Amino acid sequence: MTTLDNQIEQIVYSRPASFTDATTHYCPGCTHGIAHRLVAEVIDEMGLRERTIGVASVGCSAFSYNYFDVDFVEAPHGRAPAMATGIKRVLPDNIVFTYQGDGDMMSIGTAEITHAAARSENITVIFVNNANFAMTGGQMAPTTLPGQKTSSSVHGRDTRQSGFPVRAAEMLATLDGASYVVRRSLHDPKNIRKAKKAIRLAFETQVRGLGFSMVELLSTCPTNWGLSPKEALEWVEEMMVPYYPLNDMKVHPEIANLSNERTGG
Amino acid sequence: MPKELIKGNIAFAEAAIRSGLQAYFGYPITPQTEALEWMSQRMPELGRAFVQAESELAAVNMVYGAACTGARVMSSSSSPGVSLMMEGMSYIAATEVPMVLVDVVRGGPGLGNIAPAQGDYNQIVHGGGHGDYHPIVLAPASVQELIDLTAQAFDLAEKYRAIVVVLIDGSLGQMMEPAELPPMRPVRSSVPEWAVHGAHERPRRILTSIYINPPDMETLNMRLLRRWERIKAAEVRCREYYLDDARFAVVGFGTAGRIALSAVRMARAEGIPVGLLRPITVSPFPDAAVSELARQMDGLLVVEMNSGQMLEDVLINTQGRTRVEFYGRTGGMVPLPDEVLEEIRRLAKSADSSVQAEGHPRDRWLHRMKDLNL
Repeated sequence: MTTLDNQIEQIVYSRPASFTDATTHYCPGCTHGIAHRLVAEVIDEMGLRERTIGVASVGCSAFSYNYFDVDFVEAPHGRAPAMATGIKRVLPDNIVFTYQGDGDMMSIGTAEITHAAARSENITVIFVNNANFAMTGGQMAPTTLPGQKTSSSVHGRDTRQSGFPVRAAEMLATLDGASYVVRRSLHDPKNIRKAKKAIRLAFETQVRGLGFSMVELLSTCPTNWGLSPKEALEWVEEMMVPYYPLNDMKVHPEIANLSNERTGG
Repeated sequence: MPKELIKGNIAFAEAAIRSGLQAYFGYPITPQTEALEWMSQRMPELGRAFVQAESELAAVNMVYGAACTGARVMSSSSSPGVSLMMEGMSYIAATEVPMVLVDVVRGGPGLGNIAPAQGDYNQIVHGGGHGDYHPIVLAPASVQELIDLTAQAFDLAEKYRAIVVVLIDGSLGQMMEPAELPPMRPVRSSVPEWAVHGAHERPRRILTSIYINPPDMETLNMRLLRRWERIKAAEVRCREYYLDDARFAVVGFGTAGRIALSAVRMARAEGIPVGLLRPITVSPFPDAAVSELARQMDGLLVVEMNSGQMLEDVLINTQGRTRVEFYGRTGGMVPLPDEVLEEIRRLAKSADSSVQAEGHPRDRWLHRMKDLNL
């Protein structure tokens, strides 16, 4: 790049400082990469990189620690909120977030996430819901939609045999300890911008010491859904959003005020 | 510090606090609950971390998280709860972070009962969680020893970035004895060079147990094993009683060892030249000391509150060089000194009669237990 170019060009988009240079292992069309980027941008914008500790989970996001340039630990399957509790209780001035999929958080880790929220642990949870166990090859998860075909529900999820999906955000929002619980989607640019704002508010909740915050992100899994990346985005909008409404389930008044100030609302 | 009358569960909890404990995570389970109750009051008043977790699974993972920050951290539980902790302990071992656990063993298997037992020796000493790893296991036999070993457990755990389990049983947890607590040590303010603390003016750190490439996982396994060899060379401890002129020796750890000591004294009063070897570290096991007994003694009696778990570790070292007998009570039953004395008499008599012992010591014991309708 020449000096002249530097004077003319204005960088409007670059890799977040909270990202490493690693190339992600995620499949083409998977929205994990977008979710990662939104978290990294928020950490950058809030100046939190040097005091953030991430807690990775088990599933496709197991290797998320390779992509964030922050201190990281890797939790056993489902236990990320418990590990985050241990970290946050001894380092209350650090920023601690977990990054968990739906198999990890809403199947094997239901107890840990529920009680972390009930205790109002001052942590932030990024919950990526793609309606299946993706890492192991697309088995049915508690979040799999009724009738959805997976490798362990080949004729479609039969609710008589395997029950009904769990709406994590709605469930956790019933707990008094939950301070900020919302659901967003990553299926188009407008929703991605809304997701980023929610992630920002979730981290603001923690920075202000207001307690448990979680953003559920509806996410694609084109490989295991057997869809093209474009079809997968459409599937999120047409199939997942109606079942998993994009709402603010619980917003602490201080965060609601902050949100209104920022949007001028 | 003056001696005070103190209950085992509270003694180890307070000993840990005075050793600079920064965080405790646990779950109520009999017969260790007094420790959790004590921590719930003492830790917050000292401005330290305490959480009553939703399960032992969560508790051990809170320990894991806090250990990754370099904090001095522990949990305590009893047999069924420790089974739930095995997942986390395997991860902690693989991540090479220090952890202290006090296991107040009760009668099992299953829900079992809340009486004292040693049935979890194999689970604790020989791993328990998945994969290749070795915890250091300390086995006190009195409240004072429980206090002293709990305090030392943290130094050992941090020295070797390893798991240290203080293995006791329900009777030691519940027993009150005069004992001296250590003076209050300050909480450590330095952060180990491996700990996660936020990547401030240094490259980021990652603490994980994933080594997705098998050659890397093998490297970790070999590193853990070489560290274990160093621990075996430096940290084996046991106590010997009346062994100098003995022809026979009893081997027992913890409460079983303490009961055996009473029986040994009674046998000595009858003129039987018997002593006691009480392993303090059951892991690493005092191989050399037992091997030496095999060379010197006319017979050994292993006494446990299980069906002969440590017995196997003794037999590996005796290699048929001396007669070995076993006596145990299981499922929460505690052997009385008289029972052990009778076994010592039998050992002394049979060794002198030069009748060869047939089969495995456990089989001979099982046969004898028929007399008790067991």
